[in-house]
Amino acid sequence: MMQIMAQGSFRRIVRDAARAALAACIWSAPAEAQDRLPERGKLIATAGLIQVEGAGGGGLAPWALITGYGTRDAVGANVHGTVVRVTNFTLSTLGAAVGLYDRVELSYARQFFDTGATGRALGLGGGYQFSQDVFGAKLRLFGDGILDQDSWMPQVAVGLQYKVNDRAAVLRAIGAKSDQGVDFYVAATKLFLAQSLLLNATVRMTRANQAGILGFGGDRSDAYHPEFEGSAAVLLSRSVAVGAEYRTKPDNLRFARESDWYDAFVTWLPTKAVSVTLAYVNLGSIATRKNQEGVYASLQLGF
Amino acid sequence: MPAFSLASRTVAVLVLAATLLAAPARAGTLYDELGQRAGLTRIVDGMVHRALLDPRIKDTFDDANIERLRGLLMLQFCVLTGGPCRYPGRGMKAAHADLNLAPRHFNAMVETLQDAMDAEGVPFWTQNRLLALLAPMHRDIVAARSAAKPGAAP
Ligand code: HEM
Repeated sequence: MMQIMAQGSFRRIVRDAARAALAACIWSAPAEAQDRLPERGKLIATAGLIQVEGAGGGGLAPWALITGYGTRDAVGANVHGTVVRVTNFTLSTLGAAVGLYDRVELSYARQFFDTGATGRALGLGGGYQFSQDVFGAKLRLFGDGILDQDSWMPQVAVGLQYKVNDRAAVLRAIGAKSDQGVDFYVAATKLFLAQSLLLNATVRMTRANQAGILGFGGDRSDAYHPEFEGSAAVLLSRSVAVGAEYRTKPDNLRFARESDWYDAFVTWLPTKAVSVTLAYVNLGSIATRKNQEGVYASLQLGF
Repeated sequence: MPAFSLASRTVAVLVLAATLLAAPARAGTLYDELGQRAGLTRIVDGMVHRALLDPRIKDTFDDANIERLRGLLMLQFCVLTGGPCRYPGRGMKAAHADLNLAPRHFNAMVETLQDAMDAEGVPFWTQNRLLALLAPMHRDIVAARSAAKPGAAP
């Protein structure tokens, strides 16, 4: 009986909270935003893509741009699916993200790391899979990286990614200190329009091993490390961009060295609603398996 | 964890890429590349024509003197791109103050200009050099706060 009551009131609380949140969003919206969804007020490609942990960015690095095509007067949102197929492993990500008034970005992604046949060799069992939830939030601080073409001032944002891995026991066995962790980052992004060039630099404070797939902190180091993530993209037309990225990583675990990641990508944006990204990606050494290189493919749908 | 040497290497590569892109040999000014007065006139006509058909912004031009606007836009682009013109019109703040323009209107106008330049066969990278000169004007053209409707009192 108590339980039923507790459940009932829990449901009611959740329901009321959801209603209140919805109402707050609608009322706090600028009056004109309510009858104009989707707005799609940004220029094509200037909303960026979605990076591998679900935040607005390139493929590997979060950028300072707020995802979605909503300007300061509107909300934008998208869903994406990404597959990274390297020599021994496959990392798949599904996620959704919203951009609020070109100021705040909230994202969620679920990552599945499939060890395939290598899982057995590693003693995990064939087809062993790690998965993790990534909850992201980003706040744009200052700068307009797209339109302020008369200054060098980039757009700057801070963000965090709270990650929860579902394989606590195995993570402990390989030397990781925790099955969850928070990354903090600051990103600076600038479009050099006269050069058709977009540059991004991100510094991430992290304890994550292989972005959290192999847990957080380790028997070699359990401290936060500053890591650098750089992206450069050249716009070839309104619907095609090519670029490259580099992401440094910590090296916290004794059992396996961890290497930096890099990629070279091409993105096609036939409309503001769709983007397709294909990349060559090199993830270096993962869980004692060297030369993890392969293909990155991502599809994004939204407004 | 060689984060910083890698960071500096990455920055070096990015700067190199930027320099290479910024420095292709060019004949004359952007004004010449856009076809001088004749080319700019066609681009501006195409842009205004599209703006007047665009449901996102066409109402804004209800009270405007379109002939005058065309002429002034052409002269403004001419001056900006290094051509031998003089711009006799109003400043951007004064010209757009009563229109209550939001970021989406500004970007819609940019898209009409892009479409007009596409129609004139202006190469994409040349287009972006003109857009880079216009983009900062958003600070004067877009209203500090968005109103319910463009043209309406806030
Ligand atoms: C980079 C963007 C823009 C540039 C370079 C630009 C340039 C100009 C120029 C040179 C004039 C003439 C000034 C004068 O009357 O003395 C003008 C007027 C005008 N512009 Fe813009 N403009 C831009 C964006 C926009 C946008 C986004 C809209 C509306 C959606 C707009 C609507 C108008 C209207 C309606 C007038 C006529 C005002 C009047 O006759 O009183 N403009 N603009």
